[in-house]
Amino acid sequence: MATNARKTSARSRADGKAQPALKTPPPASFTKEQDLKAYRDMLLIRRFEEKAGQLYGMGFIGGFCHLYIGQEAVVTGMAMAIKEGDQMITAYRDHGHMLAMDMDPRGVMAELTGRRGGYSRGKGGSMHMFSKEKNFYGGHGIVGAQVPLGTGLAFANKYRGNDSVSLTYFGDGAANQGQVYESFNMASLWKLPVIYVIENNRYAMGTAVTRSSAETNFSQRGVSFRIPGIQVDGMDVRAVKSASDLAVEWCREGNGPIILEMETYRYRGHSMSDPAKYRSKDEVQKMRSEHDPIEQVKARLLDSKWATEDDLKAIDKEVRDIVADSADFAQTDPEPDPSELYTDVLI
Amino acid sequence: MPIEILMPALSPTMEEGNLSKWLKKEGDAVSPGDVIAEIETDKATMEVEAVDEGTLGKILVAEGTEGVKVNTPIAVLLQEGESADAAPAAKPAEPDAAPKAAAQEAAPASTPAPVPAAPKFEAAADPDIPAGTEMVPTTVREALRDAMAEEMRRDEDVFVMGEEVAEYQGAYKITQGLLQEFGPRRVVDTPITEHGFAGVGIGASFAGLKPIVEFMTFNFAMQAIDQIVNSAAKTLYMAGGQMGAPIVFRGPNGAAARVAAQHSQCYAAWYGHIPGLKVVMPYSAADAKGLLKAAIRDPNPIIFLENEILYGQTFDVPKMDDFVLPIGKARIHKQGKDVTLVSFGIGMVYAVKAEAELRAMGLDVEIIDLRTIRPLDFDTIMASVRKTNRLVVVEEGFPQSSVGDFIANRVQREIFDYLDAPVITIAGKDVPMPYAANLEKLALPSVAEVVEAVKAVTYRS
Repeated sequence: MATNARKTSARSRADGKAQPALKTPPPASFTKEQDLKAYRDMLLIRRFEEKAGQLYGMGFIGGFCHLYIGQEAVVTGMAMAIKEGDQMITAYRDHGHMLAMDMDPRGVMAELTGRRGGYSRGKGGSMHMFSKEKNFYGGHGIVGAQVPLGTGLAFANKYRGNDSVSLTYFGDGAANQGQVYESFNMASLWKLPVIYVIENNRYAMGTAVTRSSAETNFSQRGVSFRIPGIQVDGMDVRAVKSASDLAVEWCREGNGPIILEMETYRYRGHSMSDPAKYRSKDEVQKMRSEHDPIEQVKARLLDSKWATEDDLKAIDKEVRDIVADSADFAQTDPEPDPSELYTDVLI
Repeated sequence: MPIEILMPALSPTMEEGNLSKWLKKEGDAVSPGDVIAEIETDKATMEVEAVDEGTLGKILVAEGTEGVKVNTPIAVLLQEGESADAAPAAKPAEPDAAPKAAAQEAAPASTPAPVPAAPKFEAAADPDIPAGTEMVPTTVREALRDAMAEEMRRDEDVFVMGEEVAEYQGAYKITQGLLQEFGPRRVVDTPITEHGFAGVGIGASFAGLKPIVEFMTFNFAMQAIDQIVNSAAKTLYMAGGQMGAPIVFRGPNGAAARVAAQHSQCYAAWYGHIPGLKVVMPYSAADAKGLLKAAIRDPNPIIFLENEILYGQTFDVPKMDDFVLPIGKARIHKQGKDVTLVSFGIGMVYAVKAEAELRAMGLDVEIIDLRTIRPLDFDTIMASVRKTNRLVVVEEGFPQSSVGDFIANRVQREIFDYLDAPVITIAGKDVPMPYAANLEKLALPSVAEVVEAVKAVTYRS
């Protein structure tokens, strides 16, 4: 796929500058601290999501609830490459993104249970959550709608002349929405600092990419708009980190948008009520046993003797305590006051 | 502590399910992720996965059991060193016990909290225009351009984007001269891509900029209506007040002349339906200027509906340094005592012409120009109807679920006793706009219809 990008970009652009070819960089070499951080951050997402699944089963969480289990390396590796001021926006499979942006697990879980201590004071729910303070711009329930919005965040960065970058996430399903390409066109035309992170988890709800997409190499979906793209092993947090470094630099240097296709996998159904009959158990099991993002780091930490089993157990305990605390809070925090019904409609 | 495995809720609507099959038996070791049972819900057969590690100590609900309530303990998982005897026996479920307990803190579950009253909207009054202020004859087109230019001079975060707004100087010349004064950074030509640039504008507003998004006509904004409704209007609420969309969507709305069905539609009622939006639809140049300036300063998403036919019409505009009008306040265009005639935007043209005819017949008509569709200034309407006891509403949009019907409903419900005649609402005809000149004329409201309606409610016909 990199070849394809090279061919396109070799033609001179309107400004006369040829675009350099982009190749998928090799996985980053992590220090011990980075590996330990990646392990802990991914584990927090996984345990959080498992707990959310449990609370859904107990009736504490209602409506739709889309879990991120299996995809943890994507947001964790991306978050390791950004700096203060960079923005993130995604669709409704958003709990992992929020934790990666350092949002408080209590506030996220309490939003899932619809309580007043939730990030949206209980009025948004799993799919609609925001933190202006942490530069997390949602949490959007309409497939693909976050793509123009994230492009607009990048527009604001360019307008203001700062060097912030917008990380705009969407899935392989959203990649077939028309507004994605409207956004690609404007982002490239105006050289907006936006990284389009396509999380290709192989299924748009229950439809496999091969049944929904004429071009399944999503990194090349920007070719008509002269947006370069690379495919990344989204199960390896080091590969995500190095790709993210490259993309962030690309944007900060004023080169315009870039696409990162993250090849990833979700272990659970599309939402809690999806029995996932459209794929085989073997397929899921194979990903879990051979490509699990957390197990990969764990093995590395143990092999390199950067951590002992006991060290990892201690991390596990710390993470479980955080998650248990968030779940307790989310179950005991009161529902919003009825007077909240009419607040925040208009300023 | 042995862990109770509860009957899980597996869909938004599930209250109970059938335990169709156990895939683990008592004594089996269980790891997180192992499928332990199959449950049939109202939608599908779902697998239940273990969350914790342990040994399946006791099965409390046998396979084949139907109608197992959500949250009933179905099995007990033992941790290292625990025995099955320590496990609790099967007990009747108390579904939703936990969520209820928490909810009770806010409101007792047995007596649902009463629905709180909606806050009452109170519009601010128009600013005083000092005596002796020079009135300058101005077209609506110039007034709109002046409003944008003034606000762009005042606030660096304000910019305008849309199709042909910059180099072409505006498809209807509303943005004439703005590129020359403010440059291409702040006057942005977009590709023909309404859905996309509406979303880009909203995203920029999330980040704190104040975009003015011009639609060449609101007919084309249908492409963008998802972004306007789902992203702009709802975000403040969904974010618990943390962030919203300070953005103005403006452009010509409604029928122009002979442009037929796809280019001739009024969206006042459509956007008026949506909580989280403010909808402005001015008639005069002064209102266009004062309200557009207010819209640009307003922190909420605003739909600003203009009209191509009105663009070239001239009205007096006060020459003031900063002429800003309140959004949500109707204007009494002409005072009268016999009948209240309510309209807005281009509809005012019919109202004003009808009033002249009716005056000749000896009727004293009060004309109210709504100016804003949402929030709607019911105070002004009600006060007028209490005085005249009769109401006619005129608009160009389609009749079903029209702005007029909404007003008529509120008026009959709240001040029924003041009415001396049924409320008559006049709208466009219930057909797509035809092209043929004669049919187009028939499809729109007419001055004659307004005159007849007023005569009907005053029992003169």
